Amino acid sequence: MTTTVSEPHPPVRVARPRFRLGVLGPIVALLLLAILGTWLNGNFLTINNISNIVARASFIGIIAVGATFVITSGGLDLSVGSMAAFTAGMIIIIINNAVPSLGTGWAVIALGIVAGLAIGAVGGAANGMLVTAGRIEPFIVTLGSLGIFRALITFLANGGTLNLNFQAAETYSPLYSGNLLGVPLPIIVFAVVAIIAEIVLRRTPFGRHAAAIGSNEQVARYSAIKVDRVRLLTYVLQGFLVGVSAVLYVPKFGSANSSTAVLWELQAIAAVIIGGTMLKGGFGRIWGTVVGVIILELIGNILNLQSFISPYLNQAFQGAIIIIAVLLQRTRRAAG
Amino acid sequence: MAAAAPRLAARAVSKSFGLVEVLTTIDLRLEQGQVHALIGENGAGKSTLMKILCGYEQPSKGEVVLDGAPVHFSDSAQAERGGVVLIHQEFNLAEQLSVEANIFLGRELRRGMLLDEKQMRARATLLLAELETAVGPRQLVSELSVPDKQMVEIAKALMRDARVLVMDEPTAVLTARESEVLFRQIARLRAQGVAILYTSHKLEEVKAIADVVTILRDGKHVITAPVAELTVDQMATYMVGRDVSDLFPAKSALADAPVVLEVDKLSVPGRVAEASFTLRRGEVLGFAGLVGAGRTELMEGLVGLRPAHGGVTLNGKAVHIHALGDAAKLGLAYLTEDRKGHGLLLNQKMRPNLTLLGLDRFSHGLIDEGAEDRALDRAIGEFDIRAPSREVNVGNLSGGNQQKLLLAKTMLVEPEIVIIDEPTRGIDIGTKQQIYGFIDRLARSGKSVIVISSEMAEVIGLCHRVYVMKAGRIVGELAGSAISEAQIVRYQMGIEAMRAA
Repeated sequence: MTTTVSEPHPPVRVARPRFRLGVLGPIVALLLLAILGTWLNGNFLTINNISNIVARASFIGIIAVGATFVITSGGLDLSVGSMAAFTAGMIIIIINNAVPSLGTGWAVIALGIVAGLAIGAVGGAANGMLVTAGRIEPFIVTLGSLGIFRALITFLANGGTLNLNFQAAETYSPLYSGNLLGVPLPIIVFAVVAIIAEIVLRRTPFGRHAAAIGSNEQVARYSAIKVDRVRLLTYVLQGFLVGVSAVLYVPKFGSANSSTAVLWELQAIAAVIIGGTMLKGGFGRIWGTVVGVIILELIGNILNLQSFISPYLNQAFQGAIIIIAVLLQRTRRAAG
Repeated sequence: MAAAAPRLAARAVSKSFGLVEVLTTIDLRLEQGQVHALIGENGAGKSTLMKILCGYEQPSKGEVVLDGAPVHFSDSAQAERGGVVLIHQEFNLAEQLSVEANIFLGRELRRGMLLDEKQMRARATLLLAELETAVGPRQLVSELSVPDKQMVEIAKALMRDARVLVMDEPTAVLTARESEVLFRQIARLRAQGVAILYTSHKLEEVKAIADVVTILRDGKHVITAPVAELTVDQMATYMVGRDVSDLFPAKSALADAPVVLEVDKLSVPGRVAEASFTLRRGEVLGFAGLVGAGRTELMEGLVGLRPAHGGVTLNGKAVHIHALGDAAKLGLAYLTEDRKGHGLLLNQKMRPNLTLLGLDRFSHGLIDEGAEDRALDRAIGEFDIRAPSREVNVGNLSGGNQQKLLLAKTMLVEPEIVIIDEPTRGIDIGTKQQIYGFIDRLARSGKSVIVISSEMAEVIGLCHRVYVMKAGRIVGELAGSAISEAQIVRYQMGIEAMRAA
């Protein structure tokens, strides 16, 4: 080991340490938006405003964490918004129907929560089964289930709104409005979900396998990875996190109807892409998604804090950010 | 010989890729109304010569001559304008378009701004009728059988007024009956004065339809002669015979080692029929045959990558392998021939690639990245993987280093039996030698190795024993000094079948 002269290596082209806009892009964008917000309105950088922004972002954020897994493995789930609305509706129906027997205490809420998580996971499993066992394009499967879930919530609410039993809502409410050491509970749930997800995606065989499948399914197959099982699991995980999001959503409004969570799927996918996950799969990062979802929320917040530009243009700014994010991804790949 | 200039000729054509010369001063004359067969082993330079004649590659030295005048085809379109058309083994057809649209693709007839569909259909119908095929002009190409697609390719070539037709192994995808139809077309085209260059691995076929044959070996011209003057056996003899002894390590002794793997009548539906073979401890076992003979499919069936049925006995115990994971647990590993498409994640770094197959050895819930890094260190040392840095994407490594990384990845699961499909495809001679050395050491350490190779020299230089496959069946077995290129060729060409057992 000590005596050998090193092999004649091919000339090493030392990479210039260059600013990797594709890697740090989301953080830079977040900082620029924060500076802009502060400059526009002194109230922007208050703890109150920031915690409001993150709390509002946490519903879509939790869903977007699931979407990061699905997209990293080369899949897509368009049904998450409708599924969230349907799950929220089911939680309300189940709680309302259980109140006569279980009362309006935490027992009935716990039943609602468990049911919500289970319904989400089952919904995700249905998508996943159609994609893996059914061999149908994820786009088609989830476009279909998007319609089905949306129709189901409309049907369950009979075209109107499902309202949570008033007393049960009182019990349930702290899960949204409460806080732990001053931090709102939705933020805590979002943070816990994101941290666990980051570890799972980066440091477990499941996460590694998901990225491998998204990168090249054949290589994954030839590396003894159970491709269908991993795929299915990403959809189940996505569905479960939709359930988590619905569980937090119900105590916020105490109701659900056909316009609940409309277009959340696009917001979630946008957050994932802004965060630097590759839309065609193979590479994903949870922290990027978290930053992405906060960026989307910030844009809306900043537009509300100023008076030069109409807040109605919110989606135009969000759209522009998504396109820029993908452009940056492309240069990163070209440089890579 | 005809005094007139040949239709198309290569004059002292050489071709190098980097430092490797794949063709050395080749002369070839294609005469009007003549079928010229070009034969040689895989890697003899047939494809390169054809590509140079048709403008897909440029000669490094020498020139291409069309009707007596030197020409420089800068691309295939230019060659086509000169009437020189190559029909590929893999068809260049737009699957979702109709037959007539394909025939006229890029040369559509117009009437003003619009397509003249009527005229195109009329001409396509006529042409297809001349070719005696049942293919209709309005059928979608995606709905056609393989031989019908070939007819469309020929029709397309004729519509381009091909005066020189170059066909790359046209019968490799055809049944005997379909080949007959093709031969009639070839005879008809010859009668019309078209010059035809034709490659095939099937020597009887060459004997039957060609007028002249040229044989290449290792990029060099061996002989050009009228087909009538050569027997099939003589052709095979001219194709083989070269000295490769120094490239390979001396074979290890293999005295009565126990059988570790016994495969009994394994079938892969549609690809392999009842293949039976045995493998001994410490043995390097070769599988020879032409591309498409079913060797890869047999091994993929064995390791659970394809549905297969038949008996598999490992160390005397019957086993059932349904997925690659089962095979890996039993100590059976398979290295794909397609390292870019199936072997490695090109857009990821070396570390995740190395451990992808054996990831469970590096994780107890969480992946131990430190252990992965140490494994990469060992792999880089043991397999002499040369990369500018550990952070480079695997897609940027050379083919040889990719192959070494793929070997390292497979060896991480410590298999007892390693199946290596085309171990040295597309890599340089130095790395080849390293890989041969590695296979030899593996065998000497008591592992067993199966090598699938289309390179005859590799099979002969490396293997203790060789099975030859043809059309999904094992047709021959050779051991020790009986392994000869001529004998393998005789088996894989179907000149001789295995003596009845």
